[in-house]
Amino acid sequence: MSDNVEVKTLVIDGHEVSARRGQTILEVARENNIDIPTLCHLDGLSDVGACRMCLVEIAGSNKLLPSCVATVSEGMQVSTSSERLQKHRRTILELLFAERNHVCSVCVANGHCELQSLGQSQGLTHVRLPYCNPELTVDASHERFTLDHNRCILCTRCVRVCAEVEGAHVWDVMGRGIKSMIISDLHEDWGSSSCTRCGKCVQVCPTGALFDKSKVGAEHPKYPDFLPYLNLMREAR
Amino acid sequence: MNLDELELIARSVRQENAAYDYELNVCMDLACASQGAEMLREALISAGDASGKKVLVRRTGCMGPCSSGPLVRVDPDDTLYGHVHADQAEKIVASLGNETVAELQCDLNEHFDKQVRVVLENAGHIDPEKIDDYIARDGYKALLTALMEMTPSGVVHRITESGLRGRGGGGYPTGLKWGTVAKAGGDVKYIVCNGDEGDPGAFMDRSVMEGDPHRVIEGMAIAGYAVGASKGFIYVRAEYPVAVARLTTALREARRRCLLGSNLCGTTFNFDVEIRLGAGAFVCGEETALIASIEGKRGTPKPRPPYPAVSGLWGRPTLINNVETFANIAPIVRNGGKWFANMGSERSKGTKVFALTGKIKNTGLVEVPMGIKLREIIEVIGGSVPGGHTFKAVQTGGPSGGCIPAEMLDLGVSYDALLKVGSIMGSGGMIVMDDTSCMVNVARFFMEFCMTESCGKCIPCRAGTGQMYKILTRICEGRASMDDLELLEELCGTVKETSLCGLGMTAPNPVLSTLKYFRNEYIEHIVHKRCPAGVCNIQAPVEVLA
Repeated sequence: MSDNVEVKTLVIDGHEVSARRGQTILEVARENNIDIPTLCHLDGLSDVGACRMCLVEIAGSNKLLPSCVATVSEGMQVSTSSERLQKHRRTILELLFAERNHVCSVCVANGHCELQSLGQSQGLTHVRLPYCNPELTVDASHERFTLDHNRCILCTRCVRVCAEVEGAHVWDVMGRGIKSMIISDLHEDWGSSSCTRCGKCVQVCPTGALFDKSKVGAEHPKYPDFLPYLNLMREAR
Repeated sequence: MNLDELELIARSVRQENAAYDYELNVCMDLACASQGAEMLREALISAGDASGKKVLVRRTGCMGPCSSGPLVRVDPDDTLYGHVHADQAEKIVASLGNETVAELQCDLNEHFDKQVRVVLENAGHIDPEKIDDYIARDGYKALLTALMEMTPSGVVHRITESGLRGRGGGGYPTGLKWGTVAKAGGDVKYIVCNGDEGDPGAFMDRSVMEGDPHRVIEGMAIAGYAVGASKGFIYVRAEYPVAVARLTTALREARRRCLLGSNLCGTTFNFDVEIRLGAGAFVCGEETALIASIEGKRGTPKPRPPYPAVSGLWGRPTLINNVETFANIAPIVRNGGKWFANMGSERSKGTKVFALTGKIKNTGLVEVPMGIKLREIIEVIGGSVPGGHTFKAVQTGGPSGGCIPAEMLDLGVSYDALLKVGSIMGSGGMIVMDDTSCMVNVARFFMEFCMTESCGKCIPCRAGTGQMYKILTRICEGRASMDDLELLEELCGTVKETSLCGLGMTAPNPVLSTLKYFRNEYIEHIVHKRCPAGVCNIQAPVEVLA
């Protein structure tokens, strides 16, 4: 950290907070125990601003900004949970639940799923949209892990952790729009791909799309919190 | 190369042309070419040779009224012939110096009188593959003037003064954008020309790139000088092979004439341009996705800020402008900012090229001064709706725009006016619809387009467009309820406000604008299970007898 740190003060949900120049709104909010829901963001990975759950309102602008990438500025007035934002968040969650086959009761991640808990915390009581029920495959070719496209929300955390932290870049996205799919290597079976079997993608996956074959249900909590620590240790070295 | 040498080339071309008594300009743009313009050109050449008259047959870019193609314009008389077939070539050549061929002559005076040609000033007058033709019409004069007589900030000032706004659709002030990139730090900067024209029914940029490629290159080089960039990229979609070929030829010829390359005109300024091909994704017209695509990555947008002007191609300050914006630069530098600012309306200066399509007599390319009434474009220039049908709406701005109904035809065309009525200027597609068009079906068509072109990165656009398409399909098939309509409106709001990039943010516009002006058509479909235009095939509900 350089000596001349520029400090900004801003207001988030009525609380006056201070921040370093270049910090994101999400970072500052969480430092001050203000929770902003996120799905694609994960501490330790680069941000893509794709899930749109963390959108916040800035006074004086009609545009909603993704707090995971929007940086703070002096005197900014941020609102993180207005009526308008909550409505949008619920609609986005509805869109996600209806997009693929998210059936919590028979999902390995039941009880440990970020999508499920967001639905609960955001007060999503039912889905008004028709379910798309796409026919999707399950890739169980890997000896330790399984990829279930039915549960994938395309947050690309697995893509990023594999490329940025593990350095293998096995995962990527294929196709576009609603037909987008996570693929390993050049669309090969995971089992015969260049996977290093580190399991980081499984730990960072927010849903039951990537899971450990040897565990089910209540036994399958995920531990994505290792990432910031791992990055810190690498930096220190 | 200096201004004198340029003038020398221009003079020699004019002298060469003066040796001919007549010039037959044959439009070789896609619409004319698909109707046999190539055969017509060959027939004209052999007829000219056989007649012994001094006739120059020249292939040119788009002349405008595509629906009258194949087109031949005879100079110096300025007679325009339409629907000309190869076997009529001899008749045309025989008429030179005599009476014109009345049955082939186009009566398009009104069509042309209302137009002001700045971007299209050379279209139909030069051979796009001959740099000297372009030079003979003051080509590259602006670049040399800028390099020899102006400072970079002087060029930026002139563009700012002109009031030119981005022609890609957003209408961001071009001078401001140039100024931002000029001020950005770092010694490596890039110029990018966005030629990824993808709106259904729009072909302005293609025609400019095919008909007058040097104009785009000159604009880019001037931009490079103004902001301090020495490398440019033209991003063209691969579906435009002719544009790519013409640009490739143009770049080669410009390099040969030392109008691109190192130490241009003996100054320290270096500039060269490379072509990059798009692989058929509409979203790559969005600037951050376009940058990713040029970098060789998956073409998906990124959240802005940081804007490309600060951190763009490979993290360097990058100036991205549309083809038509660059095509406006040379005349502005040549004639001054005030000249340009004198045209158009208060906050939208200059002219705009529109691709007029749909249910209208004169389809094709038109260039009009900003502020012109929609009614003039449609009724006078376009020649109204044919076949005794009545005009219903005009769609501007492609899948990001909206439908403007008949009662708003007296609206003056400008960025702000179109935005106010729920549409956008867009890149310049203008689709005219008559009473045989079902507005719900139109909205469904554009939603399907957005759905299939969504990149899939952000959820509202990826899943929201699909859900909206489903609801619109249900309405078209007479299977929807009023609750569906409410849900549709709510989805429109969420997709519009929460999507990551412009594609998603504007995807609901066709639905919102048709709901605003043609809500009764939606109600007819939902409540009375009938399509007023008779387009949608609604099955009558089966009555169950107890």
